[in-house]
Amino acid sequence: MIDYSKILNKCVTEIKPSGIRKFFDIAEQMSDVISLGVGEPDFPTPWHIRSEGIRSLEKGKTRYSSNHGLLTLREEISSFMNRKYGVDYDPASEILVTVGGSEAIDGAIRAVVEPGDEVIIPQPSYVCYEPITLLAGGTPVIIETKAENEFKITPEELKAVITPKTKALILPYPCNPTGAVMRKKDLEAIAKVLKDTNIIVISDEIYAELTFGDEKHTSFASIDDMRERTITVNGFSKAYSMTGWRMGFACGPAPILSQITKIHQFAIMCAPTTSQYAAIEALRNGDADIAKMAEEYDMRRRLIVDGFNKIGLTCRNPLGAFYAFPSIQSTGMTSEEFCEKLLYSKKVALVPGTAFGRGGEGFIRASYCYSVDHIKTALSRIQEFVEEL
Amino acid sequence: MNIKLLKLLGNNARYSIAELATMLGSDEKTVEKEINELESNGIIRSYKTVIDWEKIDTSTVSALIELKVSPQADYGFEEIAKRIMKYDEVETVYLMSGGFDLCVMVRGKTFQQVAMFVAKELSTIDAVMSTATHFILRRYKEFDVVLCSEKDDDRGMLSL
Repeated sequence: MIDYSKILNKCVTEIKPSGIRKFFDIAEQMSDVISLGVGEPDFPTPWHIRSEGIRSLEKGKTRYSSNHGLLTLREEISSFMNRKYGVDYDPASEILVTVGGSEAIDGAIRAVVEPGDEVIIPQPSYVCYEPITLLAGGTPVIIETKAENEFKITPEELKAVITPKTKALILPYPCNPTGAVMRKKDLEAIAKVLKDTNIIVISDEIYAELTFGDEKHTSFASIDDMRERTITVNGFSKAYSMTGWRMGFACGPAPILSQITKIHQFAIMCAPTTSQYAAIEALRNGDADIAKMAEEYDMRRRLIVDGFNKIGLTCRNPLGAFYAFPSIQSTGMTSEEFCEKLLYSKKVALVPGTAFGRGGEGFIRASYCYSVDHIKTALSRIQEFVEEL
Repeated sequence: MNIKLLKLLGNNARYSIAELATMLGSDEKTVEKEINELESNGIIRSYKTVIDWEKIDTSTVSALIELKVSPQADYGFEEIAKRIMKYDEVETVYLMSGGFDLCVMVRGKTFQQVAMFVAKELSTIDAVMSTATHFILRRYKEFDVVLCSEKDDDRGMLSL
């Protein structure tokens, strides 16, 4: 009889599974639940992009692509990064097409983090950074970002956690779940702290095209002197509604990218070829689609933030992604209690802030990638719930 | 002119002024003023509701009629179209390019009633050379509103 506890990699088994898996499962089993809990767009992938994918299949483009990704796609990615964010990456040596932004983050961390290295991770943030750091043998060092700072990292918070062991900093902006955005000024302040260090920045910019307000997204690599240390991660899931296509990319200086590519070559071979052809079409002709979706999200954002504030759940103004992160502290409940009670009594599913880090306690995440009517119905049920407390 | 406002109202005429103001990042007074202007300029013509009459027991039948018209010197397409549109039974009148001239959509209580309307009121117009009546069997989508129930959202309840 095999004792699995003796043969499985302890590094993996010791990683705590998502604490709210149980909660997810309950919500899926109940009927008439209205959810504000998903993390992907409600818009289907625009037709012209789907058509291109279908056409490539009809033409029989079903073989492996280059490990790096189709050259045409890398050229389009280079053009995209240039025209949108003013950053220049060479398609031949500085861009890798990956299986979603997820693979790019995994590759970036694995290429850079050695056992014992510290990786600074702001939280609340997306759940993958900590586990991937642990799998690479690194030590996550958490910065608990604060509501008063709009959940941005301050230079002081960064300075306080840098040690001789710090190898990398993850910059996940715009941020899931807080919707926080770091504007140019904010990033420049961080750059100042990093300037005379060897710290590598992994900038997860997957929500970059969903940036609201007066300023467009600033890519960290565009900040003076930061390009040489930055691995920029971006992709197609959120901007072009291509979550299931699994399309992302990593960009950075050639010495780093060549190592990420090495990992990718051995572990993945290449990203899905069909998706790559569709992605080329997205980059060439999809700007109008992004603008249309972003405009729609912007309206819903205002509606949901206003809605939560009117209910008495203070909600700061999220300037990116498609999440609102209201505080439920006024109810005196914990995030999990609030979400559980809300689910059972009013059949509304929200994600407790604690799913994204300890600092998420007292907050809940509400996605607004739903129709206006859906959002309004959910808000009115939440209002009833809060009034009945 | 506020295109975003028009798009919102085009999708749902029942948004309150407050909701519109919030979604547009504007204020109620401005939104109200803009709506009044759009109405008086004839850009907003009406606030109709899209109703799925087939769900109710009332018998109702609709048809799309293709009219081939021979315009006279003093009685052209415009006059014919404006005469036809005056009937209560007529829901829609379009001047078309292609194989026929006017597209007319007519609503009645029975197939027979609609057919009789076409025969008695439309065919008899001097300028009308021929009619072809097509009955609507099932509505799937009308004015951007999906009428057949289609569960579109397969995203599940939660995902991080």
